[in-house]
Amino acid sequence: MTLTKKRETRPATASWGLSAGGIPWEYAPAPEATDHVNIEREYGLFIGNTFAPSRPRKTFSVINPATEEPLAKVAHASKADVHRAVTTAREAHRSSWSKLSGRERAKYLYRIARILQERSREFAVVETMNSGKPIKESRDVDVPLAAAHFFYYAGWADKLEYAFPNREPRSLGVAAQIIPWNFPLLMLAWKIAPALAAGNTVILKPASTTPLTAYLFADVVRQADLPPGVVNIITGPGEIGMELVRHPDVRKVAFTGSTAVGKMIARAVAGTDKKLTLELGGKAANIVFDDAPLDQAIEGIVNGIYFNQGEVCCAGSRLFVQESVHEPLIAKLKARLGTLRVGDPLDKNTDVGAINSAGQLAKVQELVQSGIDEGAEIFQPACDLPERGFFFRPTLFTGVSQSHRIAQEEIFGPVLSVLTFRTPEEAIEKANNTPYGLSAGVWTEKGSRIFKMVAAMKAGVVWANTFNRFDPTSPFGGYKESGHGREGGIHGLAAYLDVSGDGANTR
Amino acid sequence: MARPRSAARKPRASRATALDRRASGALTTTNGAAGRPDRIEVRKTYKLYIGGAFPRTESGRAYEIFDARGEFIANASRGTRKDIRDAVRAARGAQPGWAAKTAFNRSQILYRIAELLEGRRQQFVAEVMIAEGVGRARAERLVDASIDRWVWYAGWADKYPQMIGTVNPVAGSYFNFSVPEATGVVGVIAPEASSLLGLISRLAPVIVSGNAAVVIASETRPLPAVTLSEVLATSDVPGGVVNLITGLRRELVGHLAAHMDVNALDAFGASPDDSAALEEVSVENVKRFVRPPRAGLDRYDWLAERAQSPYQIGDFVEIKTVWHPIGA
Repeated sequence: MTLTKKRETRPATASWGLSAGGIPWEYAPAPEATDHVNIEREYGLFIGNTFAPSRPRKTFSVINPATEEPLAKVAHASKADVHRAVTTAREAHRSSWSKLSGRERAKYLYRIARILQERSREFAVVETMNSGKPIKESRDVDVPLAAAHFFYYAGWADKLEYAFPNREPRSLGVAAQIIPWNFPLLMLAWKIAPALAAGNTVILKPASTTPLTAYLFADVVRQADLPPGVVNIITGPGEIGMELVRHPDVRKVAFTGSTAVGKMIARAVAGTDKKLTLELGGKAANIVFDDAPLDQAIEGIVNGIYFNQGEVCCAGSRLFVQESVHEPLIAKLKARLGTLRVGDPLDKNTDVGAINSAGQLAKVQELVQSGIDEGAEIFQPACDLPERGFFFRPTLFTGVSQSHRIAQEEIFGPVLSVLTFRTPEEAIEKANNTPYGLSAGVWTEKGSRIFKMVAAMKAGVVWANTFNRFDPTSPFGGYKESGHGREGGIHGLAAYLDVSGDGANTR
Repeated sequence: MARPRSAARKPRASRATALDRRASGALTTTNGAAGRPDRIEVRKTYKLYIGGAFPRTESGRAYEIFDARGEFIANASRGTRKDIRDAVRAARGAQPGWAAKTAFNRSQILYRIAELLEGRRQQFVAEVMIAEGVGRARAERLVDASIDRWVWYAGWADKYPQMIGTVNPVAGSYFNFSVPEATGVVGVIAPEASSLLGLISRLAPVIVSGNAAVVIASETRPLPAVTLSEVLATSDVPGGVVNLITGLRRELVGHLAAHMDVNALDAFGASPDDSAALEEVSVENVKRFVRPPRAGLDRYDWLAERAQSPYQIGDFVEIKTVWHPIGA
């Protein structure tokens, strides 16, 4: 296709002071060992602390996106299975979990956090094998943050009255939680930790392509000796997720994923008593002013859009550069792209791993082609891609205008669209010109300008002179069509409690 | 969507009878003074309130408003989808400036509303008596509570961010904090029965944080709401921050819920059937949505302490989290 033809042969390398002509040395392969990891051939549904096949027995295959090799078969839940899971969770809420004191719930959650830390490398390896993300990210970001989430919310379990004074906080019951494939374990932690701390029981449906760390987490539940039915995990296609959302005994729905699916779920929840939080798509603006520390900004831009192959809802996919620094910044950026190592996710030196699925790769390719067709200028560094697996080169578009699809639509891939601006007002206008509002970035050395921009961004998270930072104490979530409700911090806890004791009735 | 109880369906008493009774002094006039038999009352034209002005509805239509006994009181504007669109436009235009005012300033402006309400206390008592069919003592309680509620919310403007906002102790060298911000333009479906206190209880928490509101007034009891808009117009609330549409609910609420430039919908005052349908259409642009109380509005006690809450301000704000590295 046209993509490879238009690729430039070598990036400029002057900026990091090495000799001209590219990287003078190569890294030796540094593969992470996988022999300590045990992936079962087949996983049943995890309901009531036991694995059992779906009824009728039906499975689907899960593959490694970096090799396209099958990893395991997992159960394809039926409507009857959904009902069984909800009934089990409801009974567990009634008979055990809601009767436990907060202090006891907290200790279970601390146990989970500790076991995740103990088994961290195993989780990182399985996460990378199943999702395609680089091992250095799963090892240093996904797994430690997941454990930290459980540790943080563990401490809230016996302090709810202090979190919501005068609101008589009470658990809701059964929470249905549907998560995406980009951060399988981390999203599990974002969902399950606050839900359990608040005294709810959960049914988690991981994405169809990335269920393995969730089923591995089931083993953590077993080791932690959680009462049966408190955590249930089922797999299946989107329709099964909708069955779960619609089940009358579900009291809370939490969804992270695309805006289109989020709207379907919100419609299904309309007219019920179910509480709902949605964490949906994004098209974040990353704004660089001419006084920004450019080398620092380059690292932030790269982290913003190439972290996790750009498969991040809050990715900084629109770069707004003040005109006066456009030229030097783009030169530096192209040079930096040339140093990104794309390939085997299990290699400890890999920066950009595999796209999660063939379908997602096709979507990225289609949108990149639209960028070319609409007249933007493409740049991709020269780098060899593995012969098998779903890989895509880090991509940069310059000469992008607001109306281009690549400036409007969420690509969810390693593709950056660069636009320019002259004044702060123009940057604000352009940055906010999107139905999304999840995150934004601002790069400038001027403190007062940071606060002006921060206040003007219609976005739930604003990173100033940094990007893509996450923490359990830090609320995360969107404005506008990026969703509602927050995850993380005390705000994320409210989403799992009935706090209508004061007469308010927020969903 | 279930058809709300419409004024047009109510059994109406003979118009001559109602006017005769009023002229004879048997009824108080709407300004709260006793009617005199030898003087014909100058009646008010009840109009919409959009962008700080009082336009008639673009439809040129009206519908009749009756008191609790079914006697004609006045014609109210029968607002339309176009009126709602005009109101949303006015709200969108006014919202950034309102949110940009200091919290102290918004606090003073909300307090000013209470001051002016107090000055018109007798008029509101009379209107609530007529609209809700309650006795004077009850109406006075409702009006006093309405005034006090403005004062209560006025005090929250520069305090609620300290309750809802946080500084977050992240595990890294970053300064990280979360602040609430007004969500933007909020549609408010005023309660049908509680013509003044219900309306104010829902409206005040929406605007205190810097939102602009488009209110659909009670269909059968809209007159106190229209008079409230006259208070708002003279109380330093910038034009467009509150917009008020009267009319038949079935012709209005769906359009407000579906409007793509409305960020949130307060359906607390809607019927459960209406609310379900409204929630579904509001999904199109992922509106924030507040449902009616679980136990229903019929038994909801607007006078109760729990009918006011800073968390109701929190229902119409966004939490924005900001990160910055710490370093030399």
